[in-house]
Amino acid sequence: MNEILSVDDLVVEYNRDGTKVRAVAGVDLRLEKGEILGLVGESGCGKSTLGKAIVGILGAAEGEVIFDGLPVKKLTRGKRPEHFRNLQMVFQDPYGSLNPRRKIGAQVIDGLVIGGMHRSKALARAQELLATVGLPADALGRFPHQFSGGQRQRIAIARALAASASVLIADEPISALDTSSQAQVSNLLVNLVHELSVGMVFISHDLSIVRRISDRVAVMYLGKIVETGTVEQIWESPAHPYTKALIAAIPHADGRSSMPADLPGDVPNPMSPPSGCRFHPRCPLAMPECAVVEPEFVTLADNRQVACHLQKAGQEPVSLELIPRVPAS
Amino acid sequence: MTLLNVSDLTVTLATSTGDADAVRNLSFSLDRGEILGIAGESGSGKTMTALSIMGLLPYKGKASGSINFDGKEVLGSSKKKYQHMRGKEISMIFQDPMTSLHPMLTVQTQLTEHMRYHDKMSKSAARESALKLLDTVKIPDPASALRAHPSQFSGGMRQRIAIAMALACEPKLLIADEPTTALDVTVQAGILRLLHQIRDERNLSIMIITHDLGVLSSLTDKILIMYAGSEVESGPARELLSNPRHPYSQGLIAALPGASREGKFLTSIDGMPPELGNFPSGCAFHPRCGFAEDRCSVPPIDATVVSKGHRIYCPVNPFAHDRVEQS
Repeated sequence: MNEILSVDDLVVEYNRDGTKVRAVAGVDLRLEKGEILGLVGESGCGKSTLGKAIVGILGAAEGEVIFDGLPVKKLTRGKRPEHFRNLQMVFQDPYGSLNPRRKIGAQVIDGLVIGGMHRSKALARAQELLATVGLPADALGRFPHQFSGGQRQRIAIARALAASASVLIADEPISALDTSSQAQVSNLLVNLVHELSVGMVFISHDLSIVRRISDRVAVMYLGKIVETGTVEQIWESPAHPYTKALIAAIPHADGRSSMPADLPGDVPNPMSPPSGCRFHPRCPLAMPECAVVEPEFVTLADNRQVACHLQKAGQEPVSLELIPRVPAS
Repeated sequence: MTLLNVSDLTVTLATSTGDADAVRNLSFSLDRGEILGIAGESGSGKTMTALSIMGLLPYKGKASGSINFDGKEVLGSSKKKYQHMRGKEISMIFQDPMTSLHPMLTVQTQLTEHMRYHDKMSKSAARESALKLLDTVKIPDPASALRAHPSQFSGGMRQRIAIAMALACEPKLLIADEPTTALDVTVQAGILRLLHQIRDERNLSIMIITHDLGVLSSLTDKILIMYAGSEVESGPARELLSNPRHPYSQGLIAALPGASREGKFLTSIDGMPPELGNFPSGCAFHPRCGFAEDRCSVPPIDATVVSKGHRIYCPVNPFAHDRVEQS
């Protein structure tokens, strides 16, 4: 096993006017070296919170995150333990994650010097890193505003690499970019994962990109993972009705003018999650027990995991196509 | 029947380095009940095109050419004339519905405002039609929605309210600028269905601006692709998406993650779009184009009709095969 990161029964809570809101309500995940795990879900499902909790920006209320054998602790003002330097995050907005008043070189070199490299060597290494992410050598002496969104995202990636990242948590790294930069930055990330054997959690709401680059996919709904499996399993035969609905909602640019299927209703308020299965109020296949009993996260015969009363542990997944839809009341 | 005819539209904006053309010699038309999609990356001039139709160009922005709407020239109209047209004849919805909704006013106040202004409706009559509108856009429990404030709704519901506002005075044209970009796919699908249904019921013309070709594929009748302020290709949606002819459109479609299923790497277009004021001469795409020849940098670039209603602005036309007519 090349497991580099594991998340065990992680719970992250926010304080909202005195009440605790569980943004992440018990999540288990595994990540291996050289693997891309796609994490998908609608906005507000807790996927960014999960990403932040994995790197320690947010503290866990329950459960733990194990990175390379040691539990991740919440970041404090003090120096980060040496061991966790290799656990890095890339954020969505490349305009907000770089200091606008410092040169690119200084920002990349910081990561190297803090990591113990001598300043004289750091400059050459920073140049190498910028070349790795496809930026010209003179980029070192320029400021963030002199770069486009796609280039800034490359700088953010170079900075994560400066800390010789072995796990990258990429939170919507290409969503803020134009179509042509999206393809470039996505290719860069895939390339790094392959060449440096980095493990990556790719958080995105865009299922088509996740399908393209991920090895495995985890689908999140209202703070919980509802299904994980290989890309093929998830796309060819989704075992959870929510996964199926998400995939059906993707519009295709194939010129066939097919209208995507919508999933009525909104993600419920996490302050008062629905009883039983959290998806049951929107689920077209909901049964009476779904409103009462919360389904367990079970492993099926094909090794995927799913939390749905229609699927039974250790058995082949039941095809959702064969189950009659409940007529909307 | 043609509702909107834009010809030779050029939009000039004032930048810190002098005037620059954000839209260059753009021509297109839109029939009644037709849905036109304008696609392009940021800075390609798609939003400026929409704003010039609405008479909402930024300070010191100038438009020249002609915009003929419903048989009348609107470019250069007086402030007052635009005021009577906006919201009544032409409506617009935006990417973030919160920018068009006032956070402190109830939905009723906002939804009835232009019915009372344009159509001089009484308060109660306006309320009645507001209820109907909310029902049309599928807001559950319209009566209590009228009393609520925008913050009490989710993003998708806010966009539905913005659409209801836009439809209040039964405009002939709805301009939608990235209406689903800020929404989740599941919610996006609902909004796309709603727009389609409204078009069918009201014979409304819709101009939708987006960078998402998937959205265009599901919704539009015809598509116009822009690059650096100019049209590069336009044609019937189905034909253009399945058979793109301009190297830029080819590249955009190939760069989509769903386009091919082989391998993890996406086909990308090298380089990046030029900045305003720095558009290359001739075909602006030529520095990034794999098929570029010397003549590509020499203006003017003329349109080549590749089939009925489908034209490209590419002198090389590298994907030409059989019946190619020069226009």
